Amino acid sequence: MSEGELILDMSGLIGGYGGNDILKGASLTVQKNEIVVIVGPNGAGKSTLMKSAFGLVKIRQGSVTFQGDDITNMRPDLVVRRGMSYVPQEKNVFPSMTVQENLEMGAYLRKGGVAEKMERIFEIFPRLKERRKQAAGSMSGGERQMVAMGRALMLDPALILMDEPTAGLSPLFIEQTFDRIIEINKLGISVLMVEQNAKQALEIAHRGYVLAMGRNRYEDTGAGLLGNQEIAEMFLGG
Amino acid sequence: MDFIDLLQLVVYGLVLGSILTLGAIGVSLLFGILRFSNFAHGDIMTFGAYSAFVVVSVFHGPVWLALPVGMIVGALVAIAADQLVYRRLRRTQPVILLISSFGMALIIRSIIQLIWGPQDRSFVKGIQMPLHFGDIVVRPDHLWIFGGCIAIVVAVHLFLTYTKMGKAMRAMSDNMDLARVTGIDSEKVIICTWALGGALAAAAGVFLALDTRLTPMMGWSALLPIFAAAILGGFGKPYGAIVGGMVIGVVSELSTAVLPPAYKPAIAFTVMVIMLIVKPTGLLGARR
Amino acid sequence: MSFELSGLASYGVFLLTLAAIYAVVSLALNVQWGMTGLFNIGIAGFYAIGAYTSAILTTPASSEHLGGFGLPFVAGLLGAMVTSGIVAVFVGLITISLRSDYLSIASIGIAEIVRLIFKNEDWIGNGVRGIAGIERPIGENPLIYLAVVLVVLALVYVAVERARKSPWGRVLRAVRENELGAQAAGKNVFRFRLEAFVLGSMLMGLGGALYAHFIGFVSPEAFEPVFATFLVWVMLIAGGSGSNKGAVLGAFVIWAVWSGTELLTNLLPADFTTQASALRVLLIGVLLQIILLRRPEGILPEERPHVGASPVSSTEEEEEETA
Repeated sequence: MSEGELILDMSGLIGGYGGNDILKGASLTVQKNEIVVIVGPNGAGKSTLMKSAFGLVKIRQGSVTFQGDDITNMRPDLVVRRGMSYVPQEKNVFPSMTVQENLEMGAYLRKGGVAEKMERIFEIFPRLKERRKQAAGSMSGGERQMVAMGRALMLDPALILMDEPTAGLSPLFIEQTFDRIIEINKLGISVLMVEQNAKQALEIAHRGYVLAMGRNRYEDTGAGLLGNQEIAEMFLGG
Repeated sequence: MDFIDLLQLVVYGLVLGSILTLGAIGVSLLFGILRFSNFAHGDIMTFGAYSAFVVVSVFHGPVWLALPVGMIVGALVAIAADQLVYRRLRRTQPVILLISSFGMALIIRSIIQLIWGPQDRSFVKGIQMPLHFGDIVVRPDHLWIFGGCIAIVVAVHLFLTYTKMGKAMRAMSDNMDLARVTGIDSEKVIICTWALGGALAAAAGVFLALDTRLTPMMGWSALLPIFAAAILGGFGKPYGAIVGGMVIGVVSELSTAVLPPAYKPAIAFTVMVIMLIVKPTGLLGARR
Repeated sequence: MSFELSGLASYGVFLLTLAAIYAVVSLALNVQWGMTGLFNIGIAGFYAIGAYTSAILTTPASSEHLGGFGLPFVAGLLGAMVTSGIVAVFVGLITISLRSDYLSIASIGIAEIVRLIFKNEDWIGNGVRGIAGIERPIGENPLIYLAVVLVVLALVYVAVERARKSPWGRVLRAVRENELGAQAAGKNVFRFRLEAFVLGSMLMGLGGALYAHFIGFVSPEAFEPVFATFLVWVMLIAGGSGSNKGAVLGAFVIWAVWSGTELLTNLLPADFTTQASALRVLLIGVLLQIILLRRPEGILPEERPHVGASPVSSTEEEEEETA
């Protein structure tokens, strides 16, 4: 397990939705087994940058390389087959389906071993096992977040993208969520996430990027960014 | 009008309800995934019925064989309509699809007339001996229709609940974007949805022809009550369509106690409008 | 003084008159759909109401149906517009706020109910037997009636075109393209849509009345509701929805195509005559699909870029950067 191995390389991305360029030349990398966090003010392009990896954003210039292959502007359903999973911020479960069925859908592309995988997921999220027959839509925000993450893990991704995983959660759940993310990372899965709870996210991150107005502003280790007074005031809300 | 007469009307209502239910489930399934009301649904019903009729009249096959044949044809016609036309219009404004489906209805209807002619016929020849349950009269056909409906609905339920494709359909209906992100092959699911919708429409058509007569306009005239049933149950909710179909069927038949039978479609429509005003999400709630 | 036209010329006059009547209905639909975005498939309902009203107002008394007012032609037309308008108000109140699918289904229902009422309530319009003997103004000369219809068409065109360019029309366009924005700007979206719906329906009634006087006869089946409705939609789309010129052009072009198919099928051997109408419908149906696939904006699109392949806004676009 070489630390320096690049699993995701996004460089010089210019693009956005429709005719608007939200990204104006942003770059980032994720190395194997890292947790990388993107923080920054509202409208900075954080989610857009992350979604570019998954083919959800039209990239006009720049490239996205995943595990050595160029996947710029590749369709999401093809990207997912290559080992990248995406957890959206909202509408991230199938509400009328049970927890178990949601996980099964996550395993749609899987060839066998679904039951075993599901048991592994339940080990990470024991609460989900209790409620496996419950409809996902009837669950609380925190529980739904767990279902969404579990769903994304069913295909043994090499890299998981998470869009504001702790948005709208209670402090207890926020802490638990970050604990889970660490657990997931320990399984050998690289994590790239956008977070508004920047401080706590940077505490568990190996590296972080501060984005503003579609461009990179700062890049450092998690601790490095946290220690930076200037950043703390400007972007992290103190 | 005494109690027995009303009960008799309820029996007719359950038969009509069976037909409407099958049609409405198809409509709701399609709407749930594709967000589009297919106005050609009625004419797929008619085409399925005529195809089944070929089995009965030309090959002298039994009705229970004609039904699956009709359903297969219905599925194929639906898939063809999608692949030839609708698929290319999915990215445009939704209303363009509606107009196109209106045209598709007429295309299918004229093909039916070109092949089989404009006259109406009876689906099976011969008089049937009605069965008596106490004072209630039931034609054997009615039992077939009601039983057939139950069998098909159970099969659909099992399909949606226990098969991978069925679950994928439910997933896409719940959250289309997430389904794609999960890697579900949306094009494959859409084709299966059309097949299932078309097959159900054809089954409804066969039963309708069995109950009444086989005419080129029969599907179109059933379209309004079928949409009413789907809306009543919650547009996009196949299980709601079952409730909607039975309610509209029974209410329509009961209305003949006070109104001329010709107004039956108007009753379906009125029930639907009341539902749209009072609770647009349908009796069981729906998706928008 | 009667006036005989040669066969071809008289066919031509017949064609033009019907095309012009359809043009009025097409303009009406443009008000509802092109200008406002209301998907009305119940055209035939208002058309029938207009036709019957004019018939009832202008024919002599009869024991078989309402009538006996013996009013002149113009009163018939105006009456048609009034009754259509009144019914449209009620229908609109129920249906305007519904989303397109529901609105279209409701409109089919309305048209169906209208047809059922005229068919079953014999006391209104003599049921299936209908009302005959509806007279044209200024004598029975077809050329004169054509002129009358063309005058009415011209008046309607001017009125609708002015409405489109007026502040009222601009609000409608804003509502159609960006409902939330228009609402935020303080416009009562519901009222504007209702007004457009009623105006369109009144004009459809006017078309129906013109038709009644042309044919001289009304009955529930004389309108072939489903196909006529479809044909008007094809006319509007082919001509260019949103544009009044397009609506009129579409009416004449499509009516010519439709009549042309009749000439074609007349060339077929005699056994095919019953199938001929089915073949013609098939052709028009396929023509519509081709137009929708290739050039949905029509021959004369609206001046501002609008209808046609507009990208569906995916949720990705809606989630536009807030993080």
